[in-house]
Amino acid sequence: MFRSLSLSILFHLSIFAITFLTLPFVMKKPIDVPPIISIDLIQISDKTALPFAPKAKEIIDKIKEEKERVVTKQAPPKIVKKEKQDAVPMPDQIKKKKPKETDKQNPEEVKDEIRQSSEFEKKELFDPNKIAALIDKSKEETADLQQKESLDITQNQDSSVSLDKGLTITQEDAIKAQIFKCWNIPLGLPYDEDLTVRIRLKLNKDGSILSSEILDHVRMNRPGQGFYKVLAESALRAVRLCNPLKMPTTGHDKWKDLQLNFDAKEMLKG
Amino acid sequence: MRNLFIFLLVLFYTSKSFAVVTIDITRGNLEPLPTAISNFYVDNPDQFPEKIKKLKLEENLPKVIKGNLMRSGLFYVLDNKSYIQKPKLSHLKPRFEDWRLIKAQIMVSGKLKVDDKGRLRVEFRLWDVVSAKEIEGLALFATPTSWRRIAHIISDKIYQRLTGEEGYFDTRIIYVAESGPKTQRVKKLAIMDQDGANNKFLTLGNELVLTPRFSPNGKMVTYMSYFKNLPRVYLLNIETGIQEVVGDFPGMTFAPRFSPDGKKVIMSFARDGNSDIYTMDIQSRKVEQITSNPAIDTSPSFSPDGRFIVFNSDRSGFQQIYVMRSDGRRAKRISRGKGLYGTPVWSPRGDLIAFTKIHKGKFYIGVMRTDGTGERLLTQNFYQEAPSWSPNGRVLIFYRETAGGKKGKGASANLWAIDITGYNEVKIKTPTDASDPSWSGLLSK
Repeated sequence: MFRSLSLSILFHLSIFAITFLTLPFVMKKPIDVPPIISIDLIQISDKTALPFAPKAKEIIDKIKEEKERVVTKQAPPKIVKKEKQDAVPMPDQIKKKKPKETDKQNPEEVKDEIRQSSEFEKKELFDPNKIAALIDKSKEETADLQQKESLDITQNQDSSVSLDKGLTITQEDAIKAQIFKCWNIPLGLPYDEDLTVRIRLKLNKDGSILSSEILDHVRMNRPGQGFYKVLAESALRAVRLCNPLKMPTTGHDKWKDLQLNFDAKEMLKG
Repeated sequence: MRNLFIFLLVLFYTSKSFAVVTIDITRGNLEPLPTAISNFYVDNPDQFPEKIKKLKLEENLPKVIKGNLMRSGLFYVLDNKSYIQKPKLSHLKPRFEDWRLIKAQIMVSGKLKVDDKGRLRVEFRLWDVVSAKEIEGLALFATPTSWRRIAHIISDKIYQRLTGEEGYFDTRIIYVAESGPKTQRVKKLAIMDQDGANNKFLTLGNELVLTPRFSPNGKMVTYMSYFKNLPRVYLLNIETGIQEVVGDFPGMTFAPRFSPDGKKVIMSFARDGNSDIYTMDIQSRKVEQITSNPAIDTSPSFSPDGRFIVFNSDRSGFQQIYVMRSDGRRAKRISRGKGLYGTPVWSPRGDLIAFTKIHKGKFYIGVMRTDGTGERLLTQNFYQEAPSWSPNGRVLIFYRETAGGKKGKGASANLWAIDITGYNEVKIKTPTDASDPSWSGLLSK
């Protein structure tokens, strides 16, 4: 009895073992060897000159027709009435445009005092008392539009202002770019002398210059410092030409005191 | 307690304050400076004699200044038509807003007057439009006929005030005026103002003249001429017109040039078939040999301090530029580029050496530092050579020949000026073809 039981167990175990060992091979897919395709290389220069196969032509024409049909099924272009340019519309003819209702995620009204607005949005706020100011600025604004796009510093950028240093590299570059355009470098200066001119600026919140001071102005009037004087004067002209500077809209404390070091050595070296 | 409160307040305040933001401005605009030159105001025009009235000095004097400044390439003089304010008011004090509106950064105004002695008084003022202040003001007296010189002196003052270096407008250029066909070329010595005005011929053209050079004070000229097929070095006093022969030299003689103190003439001439560099004392006529080398040494030029001489020599096998001490020792080759180098000239500022370079059949005018580094080729053409420095070492004048047609027909030689940046190249008008120019020092110095 015991012997037969042990034989049975051994037998069953062997079956399990065989099944366990052979099953993965059974499940494994045979290697998919792609069938060998024989290719004949033929000269096609003479074949391509054959007249177009009539059957193929029929098929292509059919496809073309279908494509055209798809186009014609679309809505015809909207006919827009031409307005007479010369005619000046009378006041009663002018239709009042209804303000478009837009689906807003936050339909609640946001008070202007609370709402944070970007500098672009601020410009859109219309004040009838400041029409004259707008007219005066219009020319400058259009001329500087392209420059402004690259120079304006948004609030998003402001968030990257580090506390230990006044301005970010991007903001510094924006100020540099403004001064570069205003500074006419005197071309006759020697490039092998130390002629760095340091100008300290105090700036208002709107970027206008409150005061400008050449830090080593004593050097200007020293004999033999003609080149320094010329450079200092050109730097002052540049600062005044760039007034007001386009500064970040926030963080006045960080940039109200600005020092510009004018050095033309690299440019003059060429 | 109160002190503690103040201490905390100060501590709190300082922790909120920020350091001064420092930004380095290392780039700028290299465009010419926008400048406005208003017509000059005529004070009491009834006092002006008819002869002077006809000169229209109120228009022509500013026009000469404008021409000078424009040619320098450092200024852009705005068109008169764009000026809003009239000279009558602008000579007193400009309305800066009006000048700013036309984008002028600098403005020049002036007043003309004739005094009791018949002298012309020219008053000019230079204004910084952006800073709204006067930066230069000067009154000059002269005979009315020399009004062009007054214009040049004013131009120099403006140039110096705005660039920091001396101007070069009150100067003259001596050159060889050429006329006639290539085979029978007539070459005369001629002199003119740096802007091409007041052209005068100094020789008749009977003899061939070559390589005229100004003395440092601008009063003397040395040049070469062939008399009975013998090269002679002459000295010509510009003011008196007196001409004297420095000496007859055997064989080929080249390019005499003054030493910086004006006491010697340095040149090269061939002795026993070998060309070397010599100096000659003008007073004692004593000749001193500077180089003694089997190679061909030519085109010597002193450094402004007189301590060194730059010259060209083929001692390395090809014509190259060398620098040596003024006594001829320690000659060192400084040109290292490909091609042949010639006609080296030391800048009056002492920092650069101008040269002609020939490479692959083309002629270049270039500059390099005195140690041979920083070689810059300023202009390239079919044929051009003989650069000469302006007194401030900023501009080079040279001559250029055009190729012309067959047998040289239609070929011409003209004077050109280029500044050391290489951007501003200007042709100088001469009544005839011109070659071998030499720039004088400032006349008013």
